[in-house]
Amino acid sequence: MITADVVSFSYGRTLVLDGVEVAVAPGQVVGLIGPNGSGKTTLLRTLYAALTPRAGLVALDEKPIGDLRPRELALRLAVVAQEGSGELPLTVADTVLLGRAPHLTTFQRPGRGDHRIAAAALARVGVRHLADRVFAGLSGGEKQRVLIARALAQQADHLLLDEPTNHLDIRYQHEVLALVRRLGVTTVVVLHDLNLAARYCDELVLLDTGRVAATGTPDVVLRPEVLEPVYGIGVQRIATDDGVQLLFRPLDHEEKPA
Amino acid sequence: MALGGIDVAELVDDHEPEDDLGHAARRRSTVLWVGGLSAGLLVTLVLAVGLGAVGIAPGTVARVVGHHLVGWPSEVVWTPAQDSIVWRVRLPRVILGALVGAALAVCGVALQAMVRNLLADPYLLGVTSGASTGAAAAILFGLGAGFGENALSASAFLGALAASVAVFLVARAGGRITSLRLLMAGVAVGYALYAATSFLIFAADSAEGARSVLFWLLGSLSLARWSIPLAVVVVVVCLTIALLMVWGRRLDALAIGDETAHTLGVPPTRFRMQLLVVVSLCVGSIVAASGGIGFVGLVIPHVARRFVGAGHGRVIPVAALIGAIFLVWADVVARTVLEPRELPIGIITALVGAPFLLILVRRFHASGA
Repeated sequence: MITADVVSFSYGRTLVLDGVEVAVAPGQVVGLIGPNGSGKTTLLRTLYAALTPRAGLVALDEKPIGDLRPRELALRLAVVAQEGSGELPLTVADTVLLGRAPHLTTFQRPGRGDHRIAAAALARVGVRHLADRVFAGLSGGEKQRVLIARALAQQADHLLLDEPTNHLDIRYQHEVLALVRRLGVTTVVVLHDLNLAARYCDELVLLDTGRVAATGTPDVVLRPEVLEPVYGIGVQRIATDDGVQLLFRPLDHEEKPA
Repeated sequence: MALGGIDVAELVDDHEPEDDLGHAARRRSTVLWVGGLSAGLLVTLVLAVGLGAVGIAPGTVARVVGHHLVGWPSEVVWTPAQDSIVWRVRLPRVILGALVGAALAVCGVALQAMVRNLLADPYLLGVTSGASTGAAAAILFGLGAGFGENALSASAFLGALAASVAVFLVARAGGRITSLRLLMAGVAVGYALYAATSFLIFAADSAEGARSVLFWLLGSLSLARWSIPLAVVVVVVCLTIALLMVWGRRLDALAIGDETAHTLGVPPTRFRMQLLVVVSLCVGSIVAASGGIGFVGLVIPHVARRFVGAGHGRVIPVAALIGAIFLVWADVVARTVLEPRELPIGIITALVGAPFLLILVRRFHASGA
């Protein structure tokens, strides 16, 4: 379980998060949605203690996240963040094996089990054949899948993902999120695509300029009257045979003739 | 699974043949490289001791060393001059060369990972300028006279450490040490100390001071003998290599990025500070013993990565061995090519290193990595 209790954060004097409350129940997949600059990534970074909130408390299973040692935290919480790969020509195998790092003591080398888990994690996201390639030389979608494989290899019971479907083609967007759902671990995922959010999340948190604008099931949050003021875009909701689809059009300020 | 996390059973299919992610092949290749290079280093040491103004056969070199080390062969069949050249003059020099080469190479690897810049080298931390300032001050003002015959080395070491501390403090202003801050602080402190040294020499108008500062800026192994500074270098370099090997995985994580390191349980700022302390102590000790020998710490890490990939668990030992072999041969050339005069070794390493770096840069871009 992950909870953020009245969390505020500011870069310098700019308040980026203002009293945000989030509670993610065990096994739940919660989506963070909101326009650019609404604080989604900042909130996610406070959830994995890369940022310390100015006020409020982030807790993992009711334990303040600041009290956990770095390795303990890495055993409990895996993260797929948006970060470059550095300049060194590390291979995909090197990269994914790092997911086993929290499970090893300083003097321990990865053993047979670690290699098997890393290989299986790569296979799960369909990139086992890339193991010997240099990570920095992969396409955006391949990189993204390798990073997800590393998070899987970490075998934590909490998973945080920052726009994991970035760079992925439509098939892998669905495959990756379906995979995340099947894992059954407590998950927080930042998503831009509201239709993906509708299909794969149990609950959504809609952020608007650092505040929670709405929270609840996709059915409650993904309504035109909730989304339109936040995104400033016209939303049409269509019921389909397996859920809902949202359609978008620019908000026209002049009333069209009926 | 006991962890309650992502299920291993779901990830690993027991019916399929075991997939080790190519680990066995990688391990075999690393073992071959380390074994081959270790043998190469041994041959290098014996040959390098034999080469010089007076040539001595490798067999004789081996026997003299064996006699001194383990008392075998006990029967002396070589001249006292040969004994002295091998044991007292050349062996300490060749050993210092191997240690300095290994240390520069591994410290280069560590710093390149730490600042995430493939052009970083061990002198990034201002240690060379610091050491030459310390040495200049010692010569011109008699600083560090309390250290007796090792006064020069001691004050060069203190100068190097002071420079590292200055870089560290400047980079730390604001709480976090980032790659960019560290690079900028290193450049700033380096230039400031360089100016200070130049001013010291200029103001004192001392020819000896100028020569000595040149020694520290270009580097030389000619001070090597069986002494306390050499013993210090042996201990510091071996400990540094061992520690960096143990830290291999953390270096991998830090090289990818601070955020990644954090999420894998490696606190980036704390680890960077630990690395800074270890690398400054190591580079400070070798610069005090041999001056600032350029290009080794910059080029050798790239060579090692071409051989065994970028994973630090493999790169550190391989870089140490290649650095050791390279520097010993560079010193052989430095002391034999213009006999009886001796070239500063920094000239040789730059002559070999600069074109090598150009080739690597071309390849690097060609491969698109």
